[in-house]
Amino acid sequence: MNQRIIQVAALESEAIYIFREVVAQFEKPVLLFSGGKDSITLVRLAQKAFFPAKIPFPLMHIDTGHNFPETVAFRDKIVKELGVELIVRNVQDNIDNGRVKEESGRYASRNMLQTETLLDAIEEFGFDACIGGARRDEEKARAKERIFSVRDDFGQWDEKNQRPEVFDMLNGRIDLGQNVRVFPISNWTELDVWSYIQKEKIEIPSIYFAHKRKTFIRDGMIWSAADAVVYRDEEETVVERMVRFRTVGDMSCTAAVLSDAVDIKKVVEEIRDSSISERGARIDDKRSEAAMEKRKQQGYF
Amino acid sequence: MNVLKIATAGSVDDGKSTLIGRLLYDTKSLTDDKLAAIEEKSRQRGFDYLDFSLATDGLVAEREQGITIDVAHIYFSTRKKSFIIADTPGHIEYTRNMVTGASTAQASIVLIDARKGVVEQTYRHFFINNLLRIKDVVIAVNKMDLVDFSEEKYNIIKREIEYLASKSEYKNQQLTFIPMSALQGDNVASKSENMSWYAGETLLHHLEKLDTEATEEVTQVRFPVQTVIRPKTDEYHDFRGYAGKIYGGDLEIGDEIIVLPSQTKSTIKSIHFFDEEYEIAKNGSSVAITLVDNVNVSRGDMLVKVAEEPTITKQLDATICWMDKEPLQVLQKYHIKHGVNDAQAKITQLSSILKTDFSGKIENPSELALNQIGVIQIKLSKYLLVDSFNQNKSNGAFILINPKTNNTVGVGFIQ
Repeated sequence: MNQRIIQVAALESEAIYIFREVVAQFEKPVLLFSGGKDSITLVRLAQKAFFPAKIPFPLMHIDTGHNFPETVAFRDKIVKELGVELIVRNVQDNIDNGRVKEESGRYASRNMLQTETLLDAIEEFGFDACIGGARRDEEKARAKERIFSVRDDFGQWDEKNQRPEVFDMLNGRIDLGQNVRVFPISNWTELDVWSYIQKEKIEIPSIYFAHKRKTFIRDGMIWSAADAVVYRDEEETVVERMVRFRTVGDMSCTAAVLSDAVDIKKVVEEIRDSSISERGARIDDKRSEAAMEKRKQQGYF
Repeated sequence: MNVLKIATAGSVDDGKSTLIGRLLYDTKSLTDDKLAAIEEKSRQRGFDYLDFSLATDGLVAEREQGITIDVAHIYFSTRKKSFIIADTPGHIEYTRNMVTGASTAQASIVLIDARKGVVEQTYRHFFINNLLRIKDVVIAVNKMDLVDFSEEKYNIIKREIEYLASKSEYKNQQLTFIPMSALQGDNVASKSENMSWYAGETLLHHLEKLDTEATEEVTQVRFPVQTVIRPKTDEYHDFRGYAGKIYGGDLEIGDEIIVLPSQTKSTIKSIHFFDEEYEIAKNGSSVAITLVDNVNVSRGDMLVKVAEEPTITKQLDATICWMDKEPLQVLQKYHIKHGVNDAQAKITQLSSILKTDFSGKIENPSELALNQIGVIQIKLSKYLLVDSFNQNKSNGAFILINPKTNNTVGVGFIQ
């Protein structure tokens, strides 16, 4: 008889270990869920960490109002299937009550505005651990991030004074008012995530696969013209192209890439052979070399 | 895919950034946009070569001062294997970062400048590699192009390191010597045409060949329970799964185990991973285990095989690397975290400070300062289930936490 032997891949095993530490060390964890591939991967890992019990914490989505409709529909579907609680907080509310000011012009984005809404929600619910899908390979400021990353009352990241993380011991001790950002897939690369989605046959939103879309080109990048939230000058002409999205942030700051990868197998091949980095299509990172570090200091994901 | 975690340490002068840049470049891991950004920044700063440290020094302060302050993690892969490099600064004031970066490494690269040979920093790398019991160590003799690819220079360095290794108490270490020029790419990813006298492999080939599994120690099995899974649903009404990660060996259905510290005996009934059941769980797997008997198990308890019990103790002798500005002093109290277990700890003795250049030790010091490594004795508020670090890495290490600041202030290795 064939013996059934389980050898969990190192990265998966590490992520599951981290999820279990979160639940053991914190009272009110929450998983920050954007509907993107990284947070979808987190959900699968959380399922694995606690099966046959349900995921023992809610998911929270900070909705900018500029999300791709496909992502929002997917979010609602996955939550229903899992039977977990979904908390949604809207950036629009803070714009309406005047707490934050919306950017305008051709590079306007609500990306920065998410931080305020996130910090409000953390305070409202008293979350002490926010689990996110950030990876160290995404960006060089993120490469310096800890797995358990302590934030103060203002959500600030003190990047020069981080706790050493040795072996796999995770120090989750915090003072009242502080919270910890937890990154279980810190050590995964973009290719690891895609390969995992392929291996696990995880469902993802359709915009990750190549499709026909009305687009226009600005600064060498391809923008969706299908939606009113993306600012477009009149002289920027709209052309239908075969594209897919490699990363899914706001429509206003996420560019598409030309692609004919219509299924997961082709996507994995495309990523493997790609010569452009994932965040190369994120205009929010291009504002300055230290853009990500600055946003993180202010409490960004 | 297999992942190999590698630690490197060294200063900019040793060509560490160049080596990492070369590895990224030769494995095509550096994407066009990142490469273009490095080219532009290097030009702005007036360098006539590509400064790869711009790709890894992720903090503004690091780029301003031109130094690496914190451990950076660098990812690259070949068709055969994925690699994570923990890039750590090498100076004495960064010993704690070196220990942090190397703590999870399965292999290590020590860079030596062929012109300068073995220097004080080399000793420190060696000391920390030995302290952390890193099995596979590559001695990368770099800048061979600047010594006319001289076999003689290389052999002098090799002999010196071999002498150092012969004095070390850690005998399982595998040393691999590779002469290279990171700048020109000799023996990094492709074989050098300038050193026909070198019959060995390139660095990348050597790293690809390292067996990720074999670098994991196989000793006695330790299964520290992280949390107990109780679904309380109709389908899994009586399910009590002990969730944790397996260290040191495999576990199998039918294994007779002891629950510690209660010393209750039982047998493994089932092994679960997600919605599947398995008969054997391998070293390193995060699984959930159920037992035949209804025993009381909670977080911090440990399942071990019969006759393989660890030491159950309220007192520890340990080597400790201090990581905080506020020095360690005798009679101070800390929180101790050993694996997933927590307790209170009081320092009862500080017997010596070890010199990281192998030049001996300072007896009976009054305190242990930041970046120093010392030998201490600790009294614990409760029993912990420990092994010596030499026998079982995962169950032989701990961290100390300052209860006032909640910061991790030291990492200890149980003797």
